[in-house]
Amino acid sequence: MCGIVGLYLKDAGLESRLGALFEPMLLSMSDRGPDSAGFAIYGDEVAAGNIKFTLQNEDPAHDWDGLMQGLRSTLDGKLDWFRNTSAAVVKTSADETSVRDYLAAHSPDTRVMSVGRSIEILKGVGHPRLVAERFSLSGMAGSHIIGHTRMATESAVTMSGSHPFSTGHDLCLVHNGSLSNHNQLRRELVRHGLRFETENDSEVAAGYLTWRMREGASLSEALRSAIDDLDGFYTFTVGTRHGFAVLRDPIACKPAVLAETEQFVAMASEYRALARLPGIANAKVWEPEPGKVYVWEHSARHVEETGT
Amino acid sequence: MKHISLAEHSVRELNQLLHDQARELTEPAWRVSDPDGRHAIAAGLDQDLSVDIEGHAGYYCAGMNQKATVTVHGTVGVGVAENMMSGMVRVKGNASQSGGATAHGGLLVIEGDASARCGISMKGVDIVVGGNVGHMSAFMGQAGRLVVCGDAGDALGDSLYEARIYVRGKVASLGADCIEKDMRPEHLEELAALLEQAGIDADPKVFRRYGSARQLYNFKVDNTDAY
Repeated sequence: MCGIVGLYLKDAGLESRLGALFEPMLLSMSDRGPDSAGFAIYGDEVAAGNIKFTLQNEDPAHDWDGLMQGLRSTLDGKLDWFRNTSAAVVKTSADETSVRDYLAAHSPDTRVMSVGRSIEILKGVGHPRLVAERFSLSGMAGSHIIGHTRMATESAVTMSGSHPFSTGHDLCLVHNGSLSNHNQLRRELVRHGLRFETENDSEVAAGYLTWRMREGASLSEALRSAIDDLDGFYTFTVGTRHGFAVLRDPIACKPAVLAETEQFVAMASEYRALARLPGIANAKVWEPEPGKVYVWEHSARHVEETGT
Repeated sequence: MKHISLAEHSVRELNQLLHDQARELTEPAWRVSDPDGRHAIAAGLDQDLSVDIEGHAGYYCAGMNQKATVTVHGTVGVGVAENMMSGMVRVKGNASQSGGATAHGGLLVIEGDASARCGISMKGVDIVVGGNVGHMSAFMGQAGRLVVCGDAGDALGDSLYEARIYVRGKVASLGADCIEKDMRPEHLEELAALLEQAGIDADPKVFRRYGSARQLYNFKVDNTDAY
């Protein structure tokens, strides 16, 4: 089944409460997906010319201090970092390749969850409540956040198999559904230079959007072409550095509900995830139409209808 | 009027109280507050009750209803009034997919829009939608009437058996074996009665009628080469 939720703030006054507003949304979807959970939070942006990594390691005794000391002494540039249980967020002026090369050589079991100027992805196996508590979600601040509760159908129950997936800078995707042409599409994307960490179909969808946007497409253009190129059932919620998007396949088997007020846009697999948001009683609540791209960027709403 | 808050009671407790009324009717009117999108609210009722749900309900609200009148003062999730047998369910807001699926009788009124597959496999229920319906509405409908006061999405009435469909607005496309049919006086009369029952003010004369061409009923030996 899987549950997906997202919250995009228009009102900067709510940013300090993003995690607190979002946690009940994520937890309410626990019975749609109890095996693992994760979220991508946007905010705490690094300055231009800098880059931020979220790294995770499944070993609780992982030597993060040693790894960071090694990185600092090797990289050409400054490095700040902090640890959040099994994850570390690293901000650096060094280039991405040298960080990845160092990790591959010195800590191959450390996984890169996200790279960008704004995004941090935290995810793990276990009940969504435990995952949220582990990373102290309720205290987090930011501008927008996208989350997923997983009931695995397409690949193993592992940290790396849980959502969200990020395959490009600041881009992430969560998915409820199943794609039927992901193997073929993965092979094609690999030929275009995309890198995949898992066998998961949703990671292919994220990779597809990364590829399209790298080729110059806007977020909405990339999603429009996804309708033609991705085969299967899906509701996607997508985050970018300043954007938030929702797309359902043309058959629309997988549920989704959107709510919008002056203060926020929220999406969820089911309405009950939205029930505790402030002002929800007077929000515009609707079900996104099949095969229609919904995008919000820079707080301005664009709804773009496709030809399907 | 009995008031139950779902902030204080579980849906299971509420439904048990409502089901108990089937044995002995002691309280005919109920008010349910704080539904917050919970699933299966007021499902399986079997008594002449009136239940008002003050807010948004989740999946399968008022499913399998018999005799009761359930009013949702908000939106509903997937499968409202699924397999209803009799009684009436009224949704003041919008409905998600599969409203009135497989329902055998009674009246479902959705004052707002209904999403995809409204009335899928309907078996005798009457459904009146004040707004639009999504794609594949009345898919495999077998009996009953679907009235759409707005527009209908793609593949309306796909593989339809005997249900009758009335649409006031545009129809994006008709599904397999669904055709437009004449509005005869008895249909205008039927539609007027349904609209009146639903409390929707609309002129029956501007609706169009759709139904089954009855070409998919039987296996045709001529088609064996297609398999």
